[in-house]
Amino acid sequence: MTDWLSPDEWRAVALSLRVSLWAVAASLPFGILTAYALARWEFRGKQLLNGIVHLPLILPPVVTGYLLLLTFGRKGGVGQILDQWFGIVLAFRWTGAALAAAVMAFPLMVRAIRLAVEAVDPRLEQAAGTLGASRPWVFLTVTLPLILPGVLAGTILAFAKAMGEFGATITFVSNIPGQTQTLPSAIYAFLQVPGGERQAARLVLVAVGIAMAALMLSEWISRAVARRIAGR
Amino acid sequence: MTLSVNLSHRFGDFALDVAFEAPPGVTVLFGRSGSGKTTVVNAVAGLLRPDRGRIVAGGEVLLDTETRTFLPPHRRRVGYVFQDARLFPHLTVRQNLLYGRWFARHRGPDSFARVVDMLGIGPLLSRRPAALSGGEKSRVALGRAILSEPRLLLMDEPLAALDEARKAEILPYLELLRDELHLPILYVSHSMPEVARLATTLVLIEAGRVAAAGPTAELLADPGAAPVLGLREAGAILTARLAAQDEDGLSRLESPAGTLWLPRVRGKIGDSFRLRILAQDVMLATARPEGVSALNILSATVRDIRLGDGPGALVQLEAGGEVLLARITRRSAGALGLHAGQKVHAVLKAVSVAQENVGHGPPEAMPPSPASWPRQG
Repeated sequence: MTDWLSPDEWRAVALSLRVSLWAVAASLPFGILTAYALARWEFRGKQLLNGIVHLPLILPPVVTGYLLLLTFGRKGGVGQILDQWFGIVLAFRWTGAALAAAVMAFPLMVRAIRLAVEAVDPRLEQAAGTLGASRPWVFLTVTLPLILPGVLAGTILAFAKAMGEFGATITFVSNIPGQTQTLPSAIYAFLQVPGGERQAARLVLVAVGIAMAALMLSEWISRAVARRIAGR
Repeated sequence: MTLSVNLSHRFGDFALDVAFEAPPGVTVLFGRSGSGKTTVVNAVAGLLRPDRGRIVAGGEVLLDTETRTFLPPHRRRVGYVFQDARLFPHLTVRQNLLYGRWFARHRGPDSFARVVDMLGIGPLLSRRPAALSGGEKSRVALGRAILSEPRLLLMDEPLAALDEARKAEILPYLELLRDELHLPILYVSHSMPEVARLATTLVLIEAGRVAAAGPTAELLADPGAAPVLGLREAGAILTARLAAQDEDGLSRLESPAGTLWLPRVRGKIGDSFRLRILAQDVMLATARPEGVSALNILSATVRDIRLGDGPGALVQLEAGGEVLLARITRRSAGALGLHAGQKVHAVLKAVSVAQENVGHGPPEAMPPSPASWPRQG
C-alpha cells in the first residue's frame, strides 16, 4: 500500500479518515437530537435553530472557517476558555479539522435524519406510551429503530462531506502536512507545485474510491434495515 | 373498579362537555362520528389534555385540572386498542405482545400463553405486522393491550376498519374478554349490533354531550332514548338459553319472555345468548293470532306508548319480566285501542333476527369459527 502512496500522501489519507470519523461520531448524537427537535417539538427560536444549523450549507466555506477561527481560535471567546481551563487547543490541530468538518457536514446529517423522523407515525409513539413506555424509552424502542435507515444515510452523507471538506478546514487550521493536511488540502498543495499532478491524481483516485465504498456500504445497510422493518 | 369521567374541552367551534360513570363490564360510548367519543377516550388515556376535567379510575386520580394533576400516559396503566391497530412494524408479533409487559410494574401471573391461546394468535408469533391480515392485526393489538397489565381497557372502534366477516371473527373474542378477564372496558362504537352484543352500560353521546346513560338493556328498551339511537336501530335485548337444535335448521331458545325459534344459532345446548329484537320486526295483536306464518308469539303487557312526530309509535312491552319494544304506526295504535296495562301478543318472524344480533352470553364454549356464520343482509 505504502508503495504506491508516498508517506506524505498516506498521512493525508489517514488523517482525513481520522478527522471524518471523529467528526461524524461526535456530531451524531447532536444531529439526532437536533433533527428530532426540529421535526417534533414546538419551541421558541425553532426557526433560528433551523437557520443556524443550515448556515454552513449556504455560507461560503471560507466564511465558516473564519468564523470558527474567531470563535475557537486561541484568542477567540470559546477557544480561550477551552485552552485555559481544559488545555484544549483546536486551531491548527487535527481536532480543529474535525470540528470544521463536523460543522460543515452537520446540516446534511440533520436533514436526512429529520426526514426520517417526520416519516415515523407519531401515533405509534402514542401507542408505546399507553403501553407503559416513558418518553426516553419510546424513543429508544420505537423511534430510533424506525429512523435507523435515515440515521445511516445521514451518517454516510456527513462522512462523505467531511472527507471532502476543504474551504473551512484550510481557513481554520491551515494546511500543515501530518497535522492538518487532509486529503483535499493535500491535492490542492500538490497542484500548487510544478510536477505534482501525478501525486494529486493518485489522491483523487483514493478519494473517489473511499466515496464509492461509503456509498455502497450505506446502500447495502439501509436496504438490509428496510427489509427488517418491512417484515418477513 | 369504576371509572368516573368529567370533562370539558373546546377545539374550534366544537365543545365537549361530558360526565359519566363506567362501572365494571363494557361501557360503550355510542354516537355519530364527530360527536366527541374518541376525544373522551384520548383524555382517559392521557393523549389529550382537556381544558377542564377530572378523571378517576378505581380511586386513583388520573387527571384533575383543579389540582393540576396530570398523570402521563405511560403511568396510567390504561390499555388502548386503537382503530388502526398501531402495531410496531419493526417488531415481531411476539415482541409486540410483550412490549407492554416489559414496562409493567404490577406484573400479575404470566398470562402470555393464555392470552395467545384465547386470541388464537399462536401461529403468528414469529411474523411481523406487515405479514398479517386486518383481522389478525386487530387480535394482536388486543393481546398487546391486555398483556400490558392494564387496570382498564380502552377500545376505539376496534372493528370499524374490518369487513363483516372479520368483525364476526373478532366479536366473539371481545365477548370472551368481557366475561373472562373482568377488566373494565370503555368501548367506542357507532354500530348498534356491537352495542347490543357487548355493552353492559351504554353512554349515548350527541354533539359533545351525554344524551342518555344507563344499563344497556334498560336504555335500549326505553322508548325515550330511541330517537337518539335512531328509530331504525331501536330494539330491546332479550337473554335466552339455547334449548334445542331442531331438524329443520331452527334453534329453540328459552327466554323469560317465552319460547323463541330462530335460524340455527351456533352453540351448545344450555349456552346463554343476548338477542337483539328490533322494534320494527315486532308486530302486535290484541287476540292470539291464528293461521300466521310467524313462529314466535309472545304474551306481553303494554307498559308505555310513545308517539313520535311522524306517523310512528313506539310501544314498550313487558313479557315475563323482560322488556320488548315494538314500532308500529299511530293509526294501528289507535285502531287497536292500545293503552298501558293492556294484554297483547307480540309477533316476531324467526328469520328477522340476524346473526349479528345474536351474541354469546357467558361463554361456556369457544366462539364459532367465522366461516360458519351465515351472512344475512
